[in-house]
Amino acid sequence: MTGFLSGLVRLRRGPWELLATVLIALGVVMLMQPYVLWLYTYSFIVTLVGTVMFIVVSHFPENGR
Amino acid sequence: MSDTFADRAARATPKPAARRIRGLSDRAIAWIFVAPTIFLLLAINIFPLIWTINLSFTNFKANRANRAVEYIGLRNYERILTDSDIWLTMQATAHFLFWTIFFQVLIGFTLAWLINRKFKGNDLWTTIIVLPMMLSPAVVGNFWTFLYQPQIGLFNYVVAFFTGADPSSFQMIGDVALAPWSIVIVDTWMWTPFVMLICLAGLRSIPDYIYEAAEIDRASKMRQFFTITIPMVLPFLMLAVLFRGIENFKMFDLVVQLTGGGPGSTTELTSINLKREAFEKWRTGYASAYAIILFVTVFGLASIYVKALNKVKER
Repeated sequence: MTGFLSGLVRLRRGPWELLATVLIALGVVMLMQPYVLWLYTYSFIVTLVGTVMFIVVSHFPENGR
Repeated sequence: MSDTFADRAARATPKPAARRIRGLSDRAIAWIFVAPTIFLLLAINIFPLIWTINLSFTNFKANRANRAVEYIGLRNYERILTDSDIWLTMQATAHFLFWTIFFQVLIGFTLAWLINRKFKGNDLWTTIIVLPMMLSPAVVGNFWTFLYQPQIGLFNYVVAFFTGADPSSFQMIGDVALAPWSIVIVDTWMWTPFVMLICLAGLRSIPDYIYEAAEIDRASKMRQFFTITIPMVLPFLMLAVLFRGIENFKMFDLVVQLTGGGPGSTTELTSINLKREAFEKWRTGYASAYAIILFVTVFGLASIYVKALNKVKER
């Protein structure tokens, strides 16, 4: 957990990509779940933030560099 | 020494043209070759994407192109993301996506594993199994509507044979509960061979000496399956899931031919709904926003899959 947080602070690719992946997956689940309408409403913004974040952070340096 | 074609072409090139070409750097010549492709890519992919993003903020209607176009900000997105009918089509798509991928991976991997065991005539069986994916989706949709006919359809008779039910007592594409499963069955029938071929490539890429080493270490068949076969086929499986996931998210032709989105809107997938908004209701701006939402979702999913694939390959 500490490694993950320090990776985020030091702008390392691994933890940021993980965060973006979680956001995309969360957005897709929110988009397709059949239970709560407001989750569906906010799904697109979550997926969009995750996708844009993924594109940006894939240019960050790898861990340990 | 014989005169080659290149020598003859070089001699035939007019002197001023040859001088001009000789004056260009390697980088410039590379650009000349690549430029047409880049131009086509920009014209066919990038420009329509940017244009669609632009239209998604307007109330443009393609059937009233002369009407003044008004910028309405995020209102199209707001309408789509609060529309319970579109939410239902998303759920129908999720059902279709989940179950088709589940069955295709399960059956495809099992078939690949069976075909990979050397037996007489396995090439013939491979050819027979891959036949459905060579057919046109429109043709498949059409003939499955006949197979699903309650009175004359073969499918109902096969189910009746195994269950003892009356063949005309159920309708696969006319029943609200069964229709979503009818499209899952047809897509699974058609695309399982594709997953099987990818899995087969994965299974055939595992060197025999790994299994031989496992045999020497007295690893059981079950252990070999879970510690050698599955991990080494996993990148191929993930590739199959990626391909099928993206393809099925965009699924249109097969389902339109089979059910037309009905009964009601139980099998109306997002792409069918999108086509209705764009070309039946002519709400072009609204449909553009809808398309952008689907695009971002598929793009996001593809990013996750590619990352996962690279991770598995690194192992």
